[in-house]
Amino acid sequence: MRVLMFGWEFPPHIAGGLGTACYGMTRGLARNGVDVSFVVPHAYGDEDQRFIHIVNASDVDALYGATGSDADDILAKMSFIHIDSNMVPYISPEEYEEYHKQYVESGRTEWSTTDAWKQRYTFSGKYGANLMEEVARYAVVAAQVAKELEGQFDVIHAHDWLTYYAGIAAKRVSGKPLVVHMHATEYDRSGENINTQTYAIERAGMMAADRVMAVSNLTRNIVINRYGIPAEKVVTVHNAVRFAENSSEAPERGVKDKIVTFLGRITYQKGPDYFVEAAAKVLKRLPNVRFVMAGSGDMMNHIIRRVARLGIADRFHFTGFLRGEDVHKMFQLSDVYVMPSVSEPFGISPLEAMRSNVPVIISKQSGVAEVLDYAVKVDYWDVDALADAIYGLVKYPALSNMFASKGLEEVTNLKWNDAAAKIKAVYEEVIEENKKQ
Amino acid sequence: MKTVCLYFQVHQPWRLKKYRFFNMGKDHYYLDDLLNRSVMQKVARQCYLPMNALLLKLIKENKGKFRCSFSITGIAVEQFKAYAPEVLDSFRELAATGCVEFLAETYSHSLAALASPEDFAEQVKLHTKMLKEEFGVKPTAFRNTELIYSDEIGKAVADMGFKTMLAEGARHVLGWKSPNFVYANAINQKLRLLLRNYKLSDDIAFRFSNKGWDQWPLTADKYASWLTSDETPGDVINLFMDYETFGEHQNADTGIFDFMKQLPAAFLAKKHQLEFATVTETASKYQPVAVLHCPHVMSWADEERDVTAWLGNELQNEAFSKLYAQKDKVFALDNPDFYNVWSFLQTSDHFYYMATKWLSDGDVHSYFNPYDSAYDAFVNYMNVLSDFIIELDAALAAQKKKVAVH
Repeated sequence: MRVLMFGWEFPPHIAGGLGTACYGMTRGLARNGVDVSFVVPHAYGDEDQRFIHIVNASDVDALYGATGSDADDILAKMSFIHIDSNMVPYISPEEYEEYHKQYVESGRTEWSTTDAWKQRYTFSGKYGANLMEEVARYAVVAAQVAKELEGQFDVIHAHDWLTYYAGIAAKRVSGKPLVVHMHATEYDRSGENINTQTYAIERAGMMAADRVMAVSNLTRNIVINRYGIPAEKVVTVHNAVRFAENSSEAPERGVKDKIVTFLGRITYQKGPDYFVEAAAKVLKRLPNVRFVMAGSGDMMNHIIRRVARLGIADRFHFTGFLRGEDVHKMFQLSDVYVMPSVSEPFGISPLEAMRSNVPVIISKQSGVAEVLDYAVKVDYWDVDALADAIYGLVKYPALSNMFASKGLEEVTNLKWNDAAAKIKAVYEEVIEENKKQ
Repeated sequence: MKTVCLYFQVHQPWRLKKYRFFNMGKDHYYLDDLLNRSVMQKVARQCYLPMNALLLKLIKENKGKFRCSFSITGIAVEQFKAYAPEVLDSFRELAATGCVEFLAETYSHSLAALASPEDFAEQVKLHTKMLKEEFGVKPTAFRNTELIYSDEIGKAVADMGFKTMLAEGARHVLGWKSPNFVYANAINQKLRLLLRNYKLSDDIAFRFSNKGWDQWPLTADKYASWLTSDETPGDVINLFMDYETFGEHQNADTGIFDFMKQLPAAFLAKKHQLEFATVTETASKYQPVAVLHCPHVMSWADEERDVTAWLGNELQNEAFSKLYAQKDKVFALDNPDFYNVWSFLQTSDHFYYMATKWLSDGDVHSYFNPYDSAYDAFVNYMNVLSDFIIELDAALAAQKKKVAVH
C-alpha cells in the first residue's frame, strides 16, 4: 500500500508536537509495510525558482536524530517531496501577516531572530501576502504533485488544516480517497474567539475527506459537535511515543532542590497561569523545590510579571525557548512534570517526560489523559488540587517512584507501530469503499 | 559674579552575561567579559582619554581658574583597572592638579539609599575608602546614585559627615524657586545642597547635536551669554552631567570637544564675569537662601524626576527585595568573593534594564540597554541572583559546620 502524505518536517526542524507525530507515524507505517511519499513545505528562498523538489530520503538531515540501524528500513519505504513554501505549523493568520508586513517594510527577504530566549523563525518574504493565499497556492502545487505521482499512491493523508486544501486538490486530481488528521482544532488554539476562515478550512477538509482521524476522543467530540461532521466518519487514533535508541547520559544536576517543570508554548491553551498559582501555593509549604517554565509564547511577559508579583522569582525560573537536546536535558533534570492545559487535543510531552522516568501531572482536559493511568489527573482550573499533587510527588518518594516506574512501563507500551496499524486499517477501509463507488 | 559648578558623573556597570537556568548550580561566573571590555575600551578611546587630556590642558592653561568636579563609581574604577588602566592614570593626573574635586557616592552606583540606612552607609564607606586608595583624597561632598535625594537621605548623608550634597533642580520640588542658589537640607540645615540646572545642563548633554533645536549650533560664547543674562538669575549655575556626554553620547563629530575647548575662555572673558568652582568651593562661597523641602524621593532621571526608572514595576520591586534580603548572609559570611558579586549585583543599571516605562523616555532607556526587553533583563538577573543565593547558603552552611567542628 502506498500513501501520499501532506505532513510537516521532522524534528529537530520543528519542535512542536506535529513534526514529532508525523515522524513517529511515518516510521510506524513503514514498519507496517506502507510506502509513504512525504510532502512537506520547505522554504527555499530566492535562490531557487522551482516549486517542487524531490529530495533523496538519505539527504533529509532531519533524520540525524534517528541514526541507528533501523533508520535504513524506513528510508527505503519513504520518498520526500518538498514544496517551496514557508508555511509552518501553529502560525496564525495574524502572525503570518505580521511577518509579511515586516518583510515589506524592511525589504529583507529572509531573517531569523537570534535571541536565545525566543524561538528562531526563518521567514522568506517572496511567498503569498497572507496565510490564506499561501494555503491556496500550496494546494495548487499539491495538485501538480498528485498528477505527477499518478498511479504511485492509493490514499491521501493530510495533517492539520494548513494542508487540507492540498489534500482536497490531490483527491480531485487523482480520485483517490482522502484521510485528514485533526491534531488540533481551532477551538483548541483560540478558545471561543475562533478565526472563522480557519474554521471554514478545517470543516471543508473534514467534509471532503473519506475519514477524519482525531488524536483523542476529546478532539473527536469537538469535531462531531462543533464542526457537525458525521460521527461514523470520525475515528480516534491516539498518538504514541518513540523511544530514542541511545538515550544520552543524564546531565549533571546543578541545583539540589526538586524541580517541577512546565514545558511548552506559553499560551492561553497551555494553562501556564495555573502552574504559576500552584507554584506559589507549594512554595509556601516546601522550601526545597524550584519551578521551571521552559518555552516561549505570547503569555510569557504576563507570566513573568505574575511571578514577580507573587514574590517567588528566586524559585521560579524561565529558560526561554528550548530545542533538541535541551528539551531532553530539561526532562532529565525534572522531578515532576506538569501539563495544566486548558485544552489539549492530545499532548505528547507528558509521554516524553514519562520516558525520562519523570512522574507527570496532566489536566483532565487533555487527550493524553485518555490513554494514561499512571499520571495524576486534575482539572486545569483546580489550582488547589494541582498544588496538592505537586506537593505529594515532591514530598513522598514512594508516590513519585510508583508513578515514575509504572508510568515508564505504561508509556513503553504506547507504540507507534500499533497506532500505525490502526491507521493502515483505516486506509484499507477507505480504499475498499472507494473502489465500490 | 556668578559661579559655575561643573560636575561630571563617571560610571560603567558590570554587565551580566546570558545566564540560563542550565548554568545554575554549575557556573558561578556571571559577567559578560567581552561586552564589558569592548564597551569600556570604546568609551575610554572616545571619551575618557581625550576628554581627560583636554581638561588637563585647560586646567594648565587657565592656571587654576578652570575647576571642575567628578564622581567615579567603584565599579567603573574596577573596570579601568581590568581593561583601561591608562584612564585611571589620567584621572590621577587630574587629581594632582588640585583643581578637581572628587565626590563621594555609592561604590556600586547602587540604590542602597532606598534599601536601608545601613546598606547606604556601607556602600558610601566602601567608596570613600576607594577614593583614598586610588586618588589620595578624602571627600567632603556627596552625590547619590542618579541624584536620588529626599530629606531623609540628605540627613543620612549629613550624619556620615558630608557638608554638601548634589540634587536635581526638579520643578515639582522647587516650584517658583530657582535652582541657582545654595539651599539647605530640611532636617539638618548644616548640609548644603547644590541643585542641578537641568535646562542649561541638558542644553549640552542632550540638545547639543540636535539640528532640529532652534539654538543649534551651540557655541561657547552664546552659551556663556545665556548664563550671564538676566534670564538666568542667581548666584550659582550647576551644570551636572554624565561624563560620557563628551565623545560618547555626543560624538566627536558633533564638535563637542571644540565647544569644551572654547568654554573656559568664553566664561572667563571680562564681558561675561563668570567663575569656575568645585562643588565644595561653590557651597561654601554662599549662604543657603532657604531650606529645600523634599519629603518624597526624587532623581535626575526621566520626565518625572522620580525613581520609577529603577523601582517602578513589580519586576524591579521583586529583584530589589530579593537582592537586599541577602545582606545579612553576605556580611555573616564575610568572604571577599561574595562581597564582590554582592557589590556588582547592586548596580542600579540592572534595575534600569527592567523598566517598562517606555513612553516619553524610551529613547534614553533603550540607548543604554543591552537586553531586548525588560522581561529578558529580569529573567537573566533573577537566574544570576538565584545561583548567588544557592552558593551563599551553601557557603554559610559549610562555615557553620566548620565552626561546630572546632
